[in-house]
Amino acid sequence: MKIRLLYFARLREQLGAEGETLSLSPATVGDAVTVADVLTALRARGGIWAETLAEDRALAFAVGQTFADKNATVNEGEEVAIFPPVTGG
Amino acid sequence: MSALSTGATVTAGAGAKANMDDDLLRRYSRHIMLEEIGEDGQERIRRARVLIVGAGGLASPIALYLAAAGIGEITVCDDDEVDLTNLQRQILYGEGDIGKAKTAAAAAAMRRVNPNVEVRAVGERLGEENAATLIGAADIVADASDNYPTRHLVNRIARKAGKPLVFGAAMAMEGQMTVFDGRRAESPCYHCLFSESDYAEETRCALMGVFAPLVGIVGAMQAAATLRIAATPDAPTLAGRLLLLDARDMRVREVRLNKDAECPVCN
Repeated sequence: MKIRLLYFARLREQLGAEGETLSLSPATVGDAVTVADVLTALRARGGIWAETLAEDRALAFAVGQTFADKNATVNEGEEVAIFPPVTGG
Repeated sequence: MSALSTGATVTAGAGAKANMDDDLLRRYSRHIMLEEIGEDGQERIRRARVLIVGAGGLASPIALYLAAAGIGEITVCDDDEVDLTNLQRQILYGEGDIGKAKTAAAAAAMRRVNPNVEVRAVGERLGEENAATLIGAADIVADASDNYPTRHLVNRIARKAGKPLVFGAAMAMEGQMTVFDGRRAESPCYHCLFSESDYAEETRCALMGVFAPLVGIVGAMQAAATLRIAATPDAPTLAGRLLLLDARDMRVREVRLNKDAECPVCN
């Protein structure tokens, strides 16, 4: 299944991309995917991906433009936004 | 409280204002003629007390617009001094302000714009010891601070005090803006969005840079939200909708926020 990912602020700078289309194999994720599954797939890339998306980092998620927690379901073709807190002023 | 908090000549304290005289009616006429504000709304603006946390890039347009629009009492809280690197975006200040306390220079700038506004300069960092007093004395809080712990502190105390919190943040080319409405139990708070215990990588302007008008855009939106709440306290706000702004292509994404049923701050 394919999911559209969007990265914001610090993530966009660190990951060097504003987004991507992520393909997840049904064999590994089954039919239902959660935000946590998406994160696991991204962290498995290692390096900056594992570091900047680590479990203890302050991050928020939106699935289809609605705030979502890590247990939220992501359906085929849906958009997942991952954004860190912007704290500057 | 800072010794710099002298009142302006015309005001007699935010709670005890006489009706607007001809000069004030003229000064605020372009707001008074708006259906959304009117004379009643302008009177409510004149009686409103706003706390601006921080005196940097976001606070600059917030303070200037709130002063120009006639907010009754504006308190600015910050312990920083004006630096040459601030002047690229912090439009409250000029070259002659370098080295001065930001809050004193901000107060002077606001009085220059509108001497009818009571301005209080608090040259301290907002912390656990002064937050409850400062937030308790305000009707609306605008968060223009620059770090994660302060933003959580403001959120916690504003929620406890039942005050609307007009949130804005900006770094590099992107900003975030919303209202966390402490007056309404159903409104989510900052902690629902980002947990205080999580690690937030603090990115500072000194390292990341910040696009000058971005803080102007976000700060002006905060000023607008603040004035709307002051003029029409019952009108719908941005609460429950987080704006993600990208100044590269001027895209604004809206994320619907939900209250976290287990949030320790707002439940």
